[in-house]
Amino acid sequence: MKFLCIPCDEVMSFSDRDLPGDGTITALFRCGACDREMAMLTNPMETQLVTSLGVEIGGRTVPEQPLQQTRSRLDTPRDNAFSDDEVSSGGGEGSSSVTSAPDHEFVRIRVTWSPEATDRLGGVPRFVRGMVKRIYTDYAQEKQIEVITPDVMDRARSELGLEGM
Amino acid sequence: MTRARTVRGYADLTGEVESRIVEQIGEQHARLASRLSEVGAIIVIASGKGGVGKSAVTANLAVALAARGARVGAVDADLNGPSLGKMLGLLGSPLEDRPDGIVPAVGVAGVKGISTDLLIEEGVPLRWKGPGHDQFVWQGVTEAVALREFISDVVWGPIDYLIIDIPPGTDKIGRFLDLVSEVGPSHLQPDQVLLVTIPSEVAGAVVARSATQLLEGGVPCIGLIGNMAGYTQPGEDDLLPLFTGPSAGEIADAVGLELWSEIPFDPVLSSRTDRGDPVGAEGDSIVAQVFTDLARRVEHGPGGREEKK
Repeated sequence: MKFLCIPCDEVMSFSDRDLPGDGTITALFRCGACDREMAMLTNPMETQLVTSLGVEIGGRTVPEQPLQQTRSRLDTPRDNAFSDDEVSSGGGEGSSSVTSAPDHEFVRIRVTWSPEATDRLGGVPRFVRGMVKRIYTDYAQEKQIEVITPDVMDRARSELGLEGM
Repeated sequence: MTRARTVRGYADLTGEVESRIVEQIGEQHARLASRLSEVGAIIVIASGKGGVGKSAVTANLAVALAARGARVGAVDADLNGPSLGKMLGLLGSPLEDRPDGIVPAVGVAGVKGISTDLLIEEGVPLRWKGPGHDQFVWQGVTEAVALREFISDVVWGPIDYLIIDIPPGTDKIGRFLDLVSEVGPSHLQPDQVLLVTIPSEVAGAVVARSATQLLEGGVPCIGLIGNMAGYTQPGEDDLLPLFTGPSAGEIADAVGLELWSEIPFDPVLSSRTDRGDPVGAEGDSIVAQVFTDLARRVEHGPGGREEKK
């Protein structure tokens, strides 16, 4: 899918996306020549068709997680199917599940979770909790943030387009 | 309709497109190819027809190969009717989620496996999140992606055989062929496909359709397995017919396939497989000998360990 700014004859670039949580997507594209913006709006069926392919509109901002599509789409997941489905209270080290994008070079640090962030993670549905935890931990590694707090989670959500996590 | 002005078409726009949908799909294929590069041979167990015992054949063949020292992985591609989790004794322990992928469950005889059995609640059907109406529009794509992830996102490690248990439906066979053929320029194919039938005219007709699809897809090695080929009375060696339809040998001749194995019905094999303890090649029963011979045949077939020596 590509968008062309007809007056400028320029391919428009992806600039932002919003996931309101109702199955729709709002993706913004901008013309680099005239700055005109346009929004692509998809209904839940169209969103489903695209996301069923396991791709992200606007490009992937974090590496795809193992079994990400399968795990995130199961409607009747088994409890404790994965060893990291349980979250211990009072904070915990995230380094055991840390991964990095293969093409990103940075110094690996020890990432921990504040009690408040751990509580908030506990509110994430169990079947995707491990995956969500890893995404936040990856973000913290990337940004060299040693302690994940609710504020860090908010920033990650905003920057990575993780509304609903 | 005539256009007031000329607008460049899709193919004309060659600049960077940040959604990179094609690139993202290419990365998925690359991951699949990378994972399969550690697999000695892909063995597909299929039929097209339901209820012929594909999963039982898969479980017992996997265990028989493992008993010969092979490193074996098994993928339950029957997402909606999973049974390998139970049959291979894979249930019970949570899967480990590692940065390089999901560590597969390890079952009987060290066979590694993945199945929706391990992921969904017991006693409920597989349901996907998404719009409640017109699910047929996206469900097939979702399941194809899930099957791809079962292969590409699981840390199989170096293994000799990855056995894929394909669900009923000739379309499911085609879907798998499409999946593996997209991973690289070499148009990867399964090394061996074993089509399972029973002595039934209807089953034979469906298997013929499946064989046609496989041959059209260029699959080089297709063998026929006749399951439930008959039964023996206690203390007797004579095989008595269980069905009145054509034998597996007759079906093989009619379809133009080579008959690789005929497996008699054995209640012990059936009950042990159902409770997660496949007989495989264990003991001196007729079916144990049959699976020993079948495992040996696979080992000498394309991609097999013996064939590579």
